Amino acid sequence: MKLPIRILLTAAVASATLVACASKTKPAPPPEPVQHETTETTTAKTTGKYTVEDLDKDSCLRQRVVYFDFDQTNIKPQFQAAISCHAAYLRQFPGARVTLQGNADERGTREYNLGLGERRGNSVSSALGAAGASTAQLNVVSYGEERPVCKDHSEDCWQKNRRVEVVYTSKQ
Amino acid sequence: MRTRLLSWLGFLLLIPIGGEVFAESLTLEIPNGNASAIPIVVVPFKFEGTTQPPDTDVADVIRGDLNRSGQFRSLAKGDIVEFPVRGEEIKYPTWRMLKQDYIVVGREVESAGGDVRVEFQLYTVGSQQQLLALAISGQRSDLRGVAHQVADLIYEKITGVRGAFWTRIAYVTSKGSGDGASFDLMVADSDGFNPQNVVHSRQPLMSPAWSPDGRKIAYVSFERGNSSIYIQEIATGSREVVSANKGINGAPAFSPDGTRLALALSNGINPDIYVMDLASRHSTQITKHFAIDTEPVWMPDGQSLVFTSDRSGKAQIYQAPAAGGDATRITFQGESNARASVSYDGKKIAVAQGNGNVYRIAVLDRATGDAKPVSVGNLDESPSFAPNASMILYAATEGPRGVLYAVSANGQVRQRLVLADGDVREPAWSPYRQRGQ
Repeated sequence: MKLPIRILLTAAVASATLVACASKTKPAPPPEPVQHETTETTTAKTTGKYTVEDLDKDSCLRQRVVYFDFDQTNIKPQFQAAISCHAAYLRQFPGARVTLQGNADERGTREYNLGLGERRGNSVSSALGAAGASTAQLNVVSYGEERPVCKDHSEDCWQKNRRVEVVYTSKQ
Repeated sequence: MRTRLLSWLGFLLLIPIGGEVFAESLTLEIPNGNASAIPIVVVPFKFEGTTQPPDTDVADVIRGDLNRSGQFRSLAKGDIVEFPVRGEEIKYPTWRMLKQDYIVVGREVESAGGDVRVEFQLYTVGSQQQLLALAISGQRSDLRGVAHQVADLIYEKITGVRGAFWTRIAYVTSKGSGDGASFDLMVADSDGFNPQNVVHSRQPLMSPAWSPDGRKIAYVSFERGNSSIYIQEIATGSREVVSANKGINGAPAFSPDGTRLALALSNGINPDIYVMDLASRHSTQITKHFAIDTEPVWMPDGQSLVFTSDRSGKAQIYQAPAAGGDATRITFQGESNARASVSYDGKKIAVAQGNGNVYRIAVLDRATGDAKPVSVGNLDESPSFAPNASMILYAATEGPRGVLYAVSANGQVRQRLVLADGDVREPAWSPYRQRGQ
């Protein structure tokens, strides 16, 4: 039996490299999802004063994960500020591109969760669009429950997995 | 009864050579007792040859198969007190005393070219009647495959239903997480032995589905950065992308005649059910709803599809004509029902049923509308019927890892298949095998 591992590996390594590069620009561990309240430091800037370096420095732009309630796709108020910041950045840098990676917790079937992850990705995409980002800058990929950040079977864990990750594939 | 001599040579040439890869452990649970199971003794088969006896204990494999079906209770090897090799050597009073209904005796004969011919006979203990006297040949390295075929013949002779032990299962494993994650699509024997890698990827793999001839597997891979559907020939590894649209490309399912593929496509908006003609690659939209419609599977006549939809709020199972048309809801028990697997005769539908945070496998009887739970875990999913509907494979969780279980369709016998390190999920039971596969 001949296996297609070689070809696959090449493709996989290539995409893994992409992911690795992309993830270097992400802040290290995502902040605790529950205790996010809008604070002074996360107020949206709308004046077009961002630099590319702000993606790594600005406390608001460093927020790259939006968390959701179980089986829900609406964006909770505490994430509106981050959405506004990213929308402002995308407005300022028309060449910037983001992929919105939708994820779900393990409850429910895998293919259903693919649909749920896409709904969440679309929800963030719509919010960014409404705040001024162009649809050409926004790409949604749903991973369903296939890429958990936590593998315990508890709400503590599940709430970390119900998320959309904002991944910049082009910064400017 | 006349002796048929089956000499099935060469049908195992596709199995890679090498030592048998054993599943780590197999544990059989008989949760409800199993009073209705048929008592049968499978006497150890004698090796009649001049070389080293094979490693595989053929009788052990047969006992394991029969027990796993839930319909048989084979006498434990340690309780077997006499060792007849041929029918004329059986002392029936011994087995009557041990309350056995059936007895199987056999031997392994070396034949030219290194093959082994397994000869066996099946008798009733009560009436001392010979029911089977057959021989199956195979490569020495695939005596397990031969043993599964023997078990199939015994099962069919006694129950009247074709056996499904000589079949395969596909499943997905994952290891690591984040950027270190890796995923494998595997194929193994129906009891979890002889696992072989079919696809390896650093990106998620999902939803394996067999072609009706058992030669190909359709699956979802993220290796292109988004979900795409591939169809791959198992023997050669050659494959092609059949769907890579914007948004979700998911949940492939071959039609019973193998000419069409049902799938879920979202086009970036929300998933609906489509049917693709595999020759022309033309897709027809079957459902059009703002809900999540996914996990289509075919009814055996190929005329309709059952699928998961959350159009009523929670996920439930619906049925719609395969040419398009109104969908009818068919599950009403449980808060949610999803990921249907349909029995070969269309009479039963296995689902993952959710109640609160508990997800278990339930079997819906289409005639009565009643759904009966057959699993006892908290996060059981992905049911898949054996081709004869005698058993259901499903995925369960055990701490941080996923494991597979085989449960008899009556829910009376469950066996855990521990297949590999890491997280094992999404089992898919193959169709019946054919010679040459």
